[in-house]
Amino acid sequence: MTGLLHSEPATALAGFPTTRQVLSGWGRTAPSASDVVRITDPDDVDDLMAAAVAADRVVLARGLGRSYGDAAQCAGGVVLDATGLDTIMASDLEAGWVRVGAGVSLDTLMKVLLPRGWFVPVSPGTRFVTVGGAIAADIHGKNHHRDGSFCSHVTRLSLATPTGRHEVSPDADPDLFWATAGGMGLTGIIVDATIRLLAVETTRMLVDTERTDDLDDCMARMSARDDDYRYSVAWIDCLTRGRHLGRSVLTRGDHARLGDLPVGARAGALDFDAGGRLAVPVTPPSGLLNPLTVAAFSEAWYRKAPRRRVGHPESIPAFFHPLDGVEGWNRVYGPRGFLQYQCAVPDNAGETIRRIVERVSGQRAASFVNVLKRFGPGDPGPLSFPMAGWTLAFDLPVGAVGLGPLLDDLDTLVVDAGGRIYLAKDSRLRPEVLEAMYPGLPRWRAVRRRVDPEGRIVSDLARRLGVLCTTGRAASTTRNGVR
Amino acid sequence: MNDATGMPQTAVVIGGTSDIGRSILRALVARRLRRIILTGRYEVGLRSVADELLGIGATSVETAFCDVTDPASHTALAKDAVARLGQIDLVLVTAATLGDQSLDEVDPQATARVIDTNFTGPAAAMVAFAGVLRTQGHGRMVVLSSVAGVRVRRANFIYGSSKAGLDAFTIGLGDSLRQTGASVMVVRPGWVATRMTAGLAPGPMATTAAAVAADVVTAMGKGADVVWSPAPLKWIFAVLRLLPPALWRRMPG
Repeated sequence: MTGLLHSEPATALAGFPTTRQVLSGWGRTAPSASDVVRITDPDDVDDLMAAAVAADRVVLARGLGRSYGDAAQCAGGVVLDATGLDTIMASDLEAGWVRVGAGVSLDTLMKVLLPRGWFVPVSPGTRFVTVGGAIAADIHGKNHHRDGSFCSHVTRLSLATPTGRHEVSPDADPDLFWATAGGMGLTGIIVDATIRLLAVETTRMLVDTERTDDLDDCMARMSARDDDYRYSVAWIDCLTRGRHLGRSVLTRGDHARLGDLPVGARAGALDFDAGGRLAVPVTPPSGLLNPLTVAAFSEAWYRKAPRRRVGHPESIPAFFHPLDGVEGWNRVYGPRGFLQYQCAVPDNAGETIRRIVERVSGQRAASFVNVLKRFGPGDPGPLSFPMAGWTLAFDLPVGAVGLGPLLDDLDTLVVDAGGRIYLAKDSRLRPEVLEAMYPGLPRWRAVRRRVDPEGRIVSDLARRLGVLCTTGRAASTTRNGVR
Repeated sequence: MNDATGMPQTAVVIGGTSDIGRSILRALVARRLRRIILTGRYEVGLRSVADELLGIGATSVETAFCDVTDPASHTALAKDAVARLGQIDLVLVTAATLGDQSLDEVDPQATARVIDTNFTGPAAAMVAFAGVLRTQGHGRMVVLSSVAGVRVRRANFIYGSSKAGLDAFTIGLGDSLRQTGASVMVVRPGWVATRMTAGLAPGPMATTAAAVAADVVTAMGKGADVVWSPAPLKWIFAVLRLLPPALWRRMPG
């Protein structure tokens, strides 16, 4: 290889052209280089898998790169860019399901399906995720307490593995289906899937907004009345300390019914305008987001929210995906990047959430995307993240002294409460606590070994956390003369 | 794999008995570092470092013989290391000798030995490991340079020039590794109290191996290319570089 070239020359893997590319997650931390192959024909997935195995390479699928850490990276290996698997293969818009290629994005699904009166069953904070990624992370949205996570609405999927193609569903091979749900792409390459849709009468949301004085107030209101709403989420101020610790803006709502719209607006009830996108034009220096600027933002964000407002109409992008309006918003954290810490704890561990918010606000960590939400019961996926209780997420720029030890302390609080962190967001967990967070891990490994006995499907996340097998070796000092 | 805070899980050390290297390893084992290969010429010294690291949380510390001045062995060393560790997250290059300036500057062989140990040898080893990092698509090389190489003084120009060469080589190697997923970091400590400097009068702004290690770990977290330790040396040397040669020649040892 020619190290002086800025991009490596294209090579080929059994006829598939590959390009050496440096990939990172949404947080832009820990980049690594791999040989990227763009696939557009579903049959090619099996051929590429066979070619990678024959060439003794490791392989991983990648979608739109919205996982924050290293989940969609495979350093030195073959990365299958699945965004070309973007066909809507079949649908029944009477019954409400679609069969789509794994590379189809939720953005595409919304644009195609909303005018026909159907919405995705689960929408995360961005529309720019693929269906394959949504399954691999078993994503959740503001409706988890009501509707569960994404894979609860997947009726079947097709999985390409080193041992061949598997058609799996909750009934046919449930072990492999649920190992794939939240399995971070490590059980095989998801080629296509069938998804049940949610019927909607309009593309408007009716939203109730409340400002709460502190965290306890917020959690009490969520516990009391979340079940009255399909969607619920709270933004938390993570910089204010003392009496107003964790003051919040709670937004809850549901899809507007046709009758909720003014008569004149009913004709265009299903029009969907994703809106134009601004872009972050340049990467500002790291440090633009510091405790001062974030405190100013937090104050403004809290103050601009109404103390209490009921039934306010909002668009789908404004309600679900406000940050999608700014293309490349992840760059505002500067060249060094950022991470997101997202944990879930059981219902009875509200105190843990409080202690985490205290620790983060006490560090004056510059975090402005801080989200608290209630989860309903989890699904059977051993690596699926959601569990009945609370989930808290916040963004932090990396590089601050003491950030690593702080987050390790938070992990300990989470494990002690019987909780876990979200692998789709992770970029720094210590491997030793993974199994405590995901007690089904040994069972998951056994299912995975059945379809990938040689460990061909690998990600940087899997290597870092020892997801495929424990990394801890017996302590030993061996003497060894190399020559 | 290196995590988002720049912390490695595996490391190969070229010059595994260095005091500064040992301090850096201690700090990294306190974070994520678990599996380590220490290389060097003195098994007893390597074993002592290995035992300490195992005691504080490393799960596997292997030792391997390596004469850094023997470039013929470096490719095999790198191949063996990657076979043992799977992924090499960190290559820590700490092999060095101070020499004895007053004796060495009249002895061609002694001069060559210092430069081989501090520059030629490490450079060759870095080339071998750069190949591994390029292929695996990630990993970082952390290389111990010295402020002595920033502007070479009459009082230690053999050591200083060897570090100047190593420093410049590392920066160039880092440029060649851009867009490969791999990266390098140069560490420029000032006067550090170690075995290497034992018996010498401390220089201005003398520091400790532990303080240098703390600066290195912080810089790894920030993804820095160059770290000065202590940090103000960066500005002090920006000025010292400008001193007229007649004045600089008289800088004390």
